[in-house]
Amino acid sequence: MSKMVTLSIDGRSVTVPENTLVVDAAKMNGIDIPVFCYHPKMKPVGMCRMCLVEIGRPMIDRATNQPVLEDNGSPKIQFSPKLETSCTTPVSEGMVVLTRNDKVEAARKEIIEFILTSHPLDCPICDKGGECPLQNLTMRFGSKEGRFLFDEKMHLAKHVPLGELIWLDRERCIQCARCVRFQHDVVDDPVLDFHNRGRSLEIMTFSEPGFGSYFSGNTTDICPVGALTTADFRFGARPWEMKPAASLCAQCPVGCNLEYTVRREAKSGGATVIKRALPRQNESVNEIWICDKGRFGYHYTQDPARLGQPLVRRDGELVPVTFEEALKIIAEKAAHQPFQILAGGKLSTEDLAALRGLAQESGGKAWLHTYMSGGFTPHYGLSADANLGALGQGDAVLVAASDLHEEAPIWWLRVKQAAERGAALIVMNPRPTRLKKYARHVIRYAYGEESLAVAAMAEENLALAGEEIRAAAETLKSARNLVIFYGSEGLGLTGSKGLEQALADLLERGGFTGRENSGLIGVWHAPNLQAGFELGLPPAEGLADLPAGGVLYLAAADPAGDDPRQAAYFSGREFVIVQDLFLTESAKLADVVLPVLAYTEREGTFVSGERRLQRYYPALAARPGLKADFALTALIAKSLGYELEGRAASLALEKLAASQPAFEGLNYLKLAEVHEQWPQVGGSDLYYGGTSYANRQGLGKHLSRAAKPEPDAAPLREGIRDVPKNALRLVPHTRLYDAGSTFAPSRLLDQRRARRQLRIHPRSAEPLGLQQGSQALIELEGAPFTAEIVLDETIPGGTALYPRSLGVPMNAPFHAVVKPVFDKSAS
Amino acid sequence: MLTGLWQTLKSVFEKPVTISYPEEKRPVRPRFRGRHVLTRYENGLEKCIGCALCAAACPADAIFVEASENTDEQRYSPGERYASTYEINMLRCIYCGFCEDACPTEAIVLGDNYELSFTDRHQAIYTKDILLVPVPEGGKPTPQSVEPGKYDRAVPEMKDPAD
Ligand code: SF4
Ligand code: SF4
Ligand code: SF4
Ligand code: SF4
Ligand code: FES
Repeated sequence: MSKMVTLSIDGRSVTVPENTLVVDAAKMNGIDIPVFCYHPKMKPVGMCRMCLVEIGRPMIDRATNQPVLEDNGSPKIQFSPKLETSCTTPVSEGMVVLTRNDKVEAARKEIIEFILTSHPLDCPICDKGGECPLQNLTMRFGSKEGRFLFDEKMHLAKHVPLGELIWLDRERCIQCARCVRFQHDVVDDPVLDFHNRGRSLEIMTFSEPGFGSYFSGNTTDICPVGALTTADFRFGARPWEMKPAASLCAQCPVGCNLEYTVRREAKSGGATVIKRALPRQNESVNEIWICDKGRFGYHYTQDPARLGQPLVRRDGELVPVTFEEALKIIAEKAAHQPFQILAGGKLSTEDLAALRGLAQESGGKAWLHTYMSGGFTPHYGLSADANLGALGQGDAVLVAASDLHEEAPIWWLRVKQAAERGAALIVMNPRPTRLKKYARHVIRYAYGEESLAVAAMAEENLALAGEEIRAAAETLKSARNLVIFYGSEGLGLTGSKGLEQALADLLERGGFTGRENSGLIGVWHAPNLQAGFELGLPPAEGLADLPAGGVLYLAAADPAGDDPRQAAYFSGREFVIVQDLFLTESAKLADVVLPVLAYTEREGTFVSGERRLQRYYPALAARPGLKADFALTALIAKSLGYELEGRAASLALEKLAASQPAFEGLNYLKLAEVHEQWPQVGGSDLYYGGTSYANRQGLGKHLSRAAKPEPDAAPLREGIRDVPKNALRLVPHTRLYDAGSTFAPSRLLDQRRARRQLRIHPRSAEPLGLQQGSQALIELEGAPFTAEIVLDETIPGGTALYPRSLGVPMNAPFHAVVKPVFDKSAS
Repeated sequence: MLTGLWQTLKSVFEKPVTISYPEEKRPVRPRFRGRHVLTRYENGLEKCIGCALCAAACPADAIFVEASENTDEQRYSPGERYASTYEINMLRCIYCGFCEDACPTEAIVLGDNYELSFTDRHQAIYTKDILLVPVPEGGKPTPQSVEPGKYDRAVPEMKDPAD
């Protein structure tokens, strides 16, 4: 515990930790000091002077070094002659702060008048109007009239693109530098800066494309005026016209807490739609930030291509039918058949439980559609009150086979911050990633050797290991906590299994299992794979792993879309049911296609990669006729004579909690619990924390530790060691802006979407005749494809890196002959 | 009874107080609040900037506004924002005139027309094309293609906001 300091603010005696800033000390005790440039998540700069207060300190007699006392025995207070900025002044013992006297009020009035000298009369058309700190503070503290000449107002550009996502209005900017400081200090994407000085000061962006940062949307939240707006929302509605609904981001396993704001929309035929996504505070998960994928990625939920009616195959064609008909057909065809189920990681926990139930009842099996292995995470993962935000000096974080910045941006941020607080960061990856800069140890290994590298670190005998591995092992010995992130760079399911076991072993040997803030975190490719692993569903990369025959039931899984060769596994089934939002490639091969509600139209829970069970609430009314996945599965079960909970998601979770030890004691009410968080955001505090929402709908709860799993006996490594001559080893990696079906409909990000590129070292490319920017043909058996060549010196020799979810029909390493495609038209 | 007949007789020769509506119409008072109109500037640009303050002020929740962005090639109103959807439900409106007070550009004005009758509820919803006044002489219809940068301010300078 740090030292506490007692001071008086507006006559109230308050006690706060040493080094707290006066502005925060006041806030903690319910006293508002208005600010513009100060933000509790960033270092103070004292640029706007809005936070001026009168500060007095006990007078010290220089001769005796003792406080001078008044006649009545209280210490004599000496007030400084000028007002001080409370955002740059730390508290001190005996300090007296006055935030509400005439002197302070007069200063506030003048500061606002000054800021408004060049502020446009834009409130009616300004997106911030209604939730604008400048507007609110002017109403509260400003004067009725300005003494400056209206004609001398600055006229500046009002429509400046900082890239295609964020627009800048130069007139509205009050030069608080929150956006600049956020980009520099918080997320280390220093793409914004000030240009010129004085009245010609303006915000500039340096990157190409403009404002190149995965976190750019956050600047629109913390900008205290309407200077920064997102292209996605711009003029979408006025803030007071929209209804907020608590939700979660469904784009990655971080599980960022969101608030969707919804409104009726004319161009959607009067339907209520999501207008924008804003962060919802959860200091243990995403603080008050979200990445741009989460902010702009919701469009798929209201894509016109969504299915609205069940389809049934008649004479080879899929024809629309009613749900009753579809269920009747299923009851006829699927009776007494084992269900082989492939479930996707985008389903809710309740959906996965229902699918597992149906599989068990029918004598089949449910599988989790993933190329990552996670069976060890329920035991080795985080539990209890684990919080990445608490990692610091004396703790260690290991990131293996993952480019966190691309796979789970907010985790990247949390790890970066842990490293800045003093945690030892060990990064293991065959090529450099964004985290390298913050790493204490960087361990390089060849693709395919990840588990060997980890094993070397875990072994007592380090004689054979490289220097970096030995140094890292030394760091781990003295670490209090160890959090391990493992991703899927260069790995398919087999390699992932090997890596996972090696890492679990590392935790075990280091004695980290059971420590409060230690554990294994899978950087999954879907929001709720963790729940699948908690339920014990075995992973399956595709349909090849599923037993033949019986009924094939795919829910939120599209193996044929990922890889056309998977179509072969659809034949030979009694019956194929596909349950999805869209008419996917797999759905086109089905006998019955069942549409479902999007997660924004229903209730449910996701388990984040940190094993935090969190609730999401319906943002929109359920589409007429459609049901949530678990309810539909329960209906199918019922038509076959099995009993599953399909009435409400809360009941389904209760049932699960009764049978699954890790979920014990958890229910929807518990998940909705909140406690006070620091800094306080939302409500009337817009000027303090930004437009991030306060969390009133639940912070979620950690699952408890599950039983220890049995390790696989055989050492598991990705089996492409012997690459044939002429062929290249192709390994997968993940890009944030991919073309997956739940992200591609966000057209706004098309310009930034990753392309199907093969990254290769110039030395490996040269003998094959591959040139930068040229097209290459990859002769994958059964599914050849083309990709653009990018020369990249960080890629190990003999290897090429391909991106996932961008049309390459593979998710695991493979080898293939790569040839240049000669452009016929050019010759 | 005689007094009664006398009264009748007297009234026969009095000037009638009724008028034969609808052939004949009485002029409305200057401050009469009738059906709304959306006004235009002299050059034809719409005054409404889609700020929805009228909708916020409306106690009957009769107004629905949705905004979109202007460009210099497709300009509806000065500034960046215009109302792409503007609807008033005349069945809800209570003719209080709050919208008129709230409007920063004097775009919405309660006019003289009080002849509102509908045969179904949908007819009672007046859309933007019904509400907008005709283009004044010398003006051009919207959207206009204008000189870049000329109309970048949404709220006009009002000399005397009191009137
Ligand atoms: S930033 Fe705030 S004060 Fe400035 S125009 Fe917008 S709403 Fe009004
Ligand atoms: S754009 Fe907004 S956040 Fe950035 S300096 Fe200007 S007012 Fe501050
Ligand atoms: S980090 Fe992940 S969960 Fe958070 S907003 Fe981004 S994509 Fe969504
Ligand atoms: S009529 Fe006036 S108040 Fe209503 S949206 Fe248009 S400009 Fe705003
Ligand atoms: S100077 Fe303190 S908030 Fe700006």
